[in-house]
Amino acid sequence: MEAVTQQKPKERGRRETSRFWRIFLQQKYLYMMSIPFVIWVFIFSYLPLWGWTMAFQKYRPMPNKSFWERIVDQKWVGFDQFARLFADDQFYLVLRNTLAMSFMGLIAGFTIPIIFAILLNEVRLMAFKRFAQTISYLPHFVSWVVVAGIVTKMLSADHGAVNDFLMWIGIIDQPIQFMAKGSYFWSIVTAADVWKETGWNTIIYLAAIAGISGELYEAARVDGASRLRQIWHITIPGIRSTIIILLIMSIGHLVSIGFEKQMLLSNNLVTDYSQVLDLYALQYGLQMSNFSFGTAINMFNSVVSIILLFTANGIFKRITKESIM
Amino acid sequence: MATKTMRKGAPISDRIFDIFVYGFVLLVTIVTLYPFLNVLALSLNDSTDSVRGGITIFPREFTLQNYSIIFGYEGLIQGFKISILRTIVGTVLGLISASMLAYTLSRPDFQARRFVSVFLALTMYISGGLIPTYLLIKDLNMIGTFAVYVLPGMVSAFNVFIIRSFMDGIPYALQESAKLDGANDFTIYWRVILPMAKPALATIALFLAVGQWNSWFDTWLYNARADHLTTLQFELMKVLQSTTTGNSDYRNSNMTQVMSSISPESVRMAITIVVTVPILFVYPFLQRYFVKGMTLGAVKG
Repeated sequence: MEAVTQQKPKERGRRETSRFWRIFLQQKYLYMMSIPFVIWVFIFSYLPLWGWTMAFQKYRPMPNKSFWERIVDQKWVGFDQFARLFADDQFYLVLRNTLAMSFMGLIAGFTIPIIFAILLNEVRLMAFKRFAQTISYLPHFVSWVVVAGIVTKMLSADHGAVNDFLMWIGIIDQPIQFMAKGSYFWSIVTAADVWKETGWNTIIYLAAIAGISGELYEAARVDGASRLRQIWHITIPGIRSTIIILLIMSIGHLVSIGFEKQMLLSNNLVTDYSQVLDLYALQYGLQMSNFSFGTAINMFNSVVSIILLFTANGIFKRITKESIM
Repeated sequence: MATKTMRKGAPISDRIFDIFVYGFVLLVTIVTLYPFLNVLALSLNDSTDSVRGGITIFPREFTLQNYSIIFGYEGLIQGFKISILRTIVGTVLGLISASMLAYTLSRPDFQARRFVSVFLALTMYISGGLIPTYLLIKDLNMIGTFAVYVLPGMVSAFNVFIIRSFMDGIPYALQESAKLDGANDFTIYWRVILPMAKPALATIALFLAVGQWNSWFDTWLYNARADHLTTLQFELMKVLQSTTTGNSDYRNSNMTQVMSSISPESVRMAITIVVTVPILFVYPFLQRYFVKGMTLGAVKG
């Protein structure tokens, strides 16, 4: 066998090629069903990747020139855009806001669903459990525009539910201007996020809890373990790997927190606290048509995300011997 | 039944724990539900009466006037039409592309399977970012068109992989017997595989439909100046921004007129309900299929 292939590599190559085309013809329908979408993906997902180079250019749109001329004729400036970025005072303010909101979001958005899932699992009245689940998933399906509207109304100083409630129980006697004070903004964004996503984020934990063997609880009950102890010694260890994977993933997303909620909830009075990296890039990149600078901001964002993801993964690998990569 | 026998011998700490559990879950439920009910009540309450405050979950002076007024605003009607249109078109296109790709990837004998699979998977981890994408859309002359809502995001790797993992579970023997009967690959996909993949398709259809219905950023970014392409979400966003922040960008004579006859708050509440109700309408299905899709994605991905 080996001798044959060594003797006639050329012929073998030709046979392989003809075999490829034979199968290609046989599978023409499969190709017809996939190649158009591959081209699609190339255009809309791969072509924009070239845009990262704008961060190292002084990009000019040149609307009258052809596509290729626009790619070739750009002036390369190395790391100038980044130097400008790091010299910009506003950048540090924006970075502070981004990090503050992402850490708050990470801590609240990570712990509260776990607690809620565990408690939900302890509800023995099935009808009530289902009702609570149905209600708690609901906000996940409405848009951020709707949530921003609801949050603004609930926190309104003008008969908003939160102010009405706080005044009713007598904690305050004047309505608080929640939306008008920058120092509240980070907490409002975090709370809105928790309100919208907590129920939904429990699904994955509830699925993990459902996978724990009932015999473990049975044995613990026979040994007289209280419900709290059962949670501590069975439920939490049972969902440990799920918790770690989700934690690593959310650390990877730490800096890319998006901008929808910040954009929709902010107003002119709180911009010092609401501006985040993505909005900053949007403002420079699109509204001021400074495409290269905007891209440099986005690139900084992505690089920090990747570093965080690998660091988190490395640390957890060492401590817990678990990894997502 | 099991609960009863367990409770009898349960220590007092477990009973306290039970109270805590039910109390906490009830609290979460109320905090989630109350804002929706409050907004609904306000939208159904007389505008001048609402200003006095004190509306909780029931309207005090019931009226449908707020709704009849906002539906007199042309932008909202147009937004409604476009939102429905993009939801239908976007869902159909997304389903066709994802299911076709998923089928070819589920065929173990497909030559280009590995290439297509990796090519798609990479898009879940890398992206060109907002600004290059914007420039591409501009180059393709898609700004100010309906196409921008449905074409750029048509193929989603995540959806393809979810449908594919479902199709992997369909016995291959079915396809082989169809082949013996002389069916080609497209016929097998259309006649054999698609009908069997209905649960996965339903899940993805809902993913796509909710995503389309809830999008507002693409309207803001690409079609903010094209009034005939406005969407319901974008109209709501404009109303919210113009009244809460005093942002004059979104003031619009037609809208201001609408606002002057009833209070801006009533307008906001009524539009919020109009935008949310379609979601509630499909919610029973959403819950059933989404949870399945979510856990499927988590296990496989």
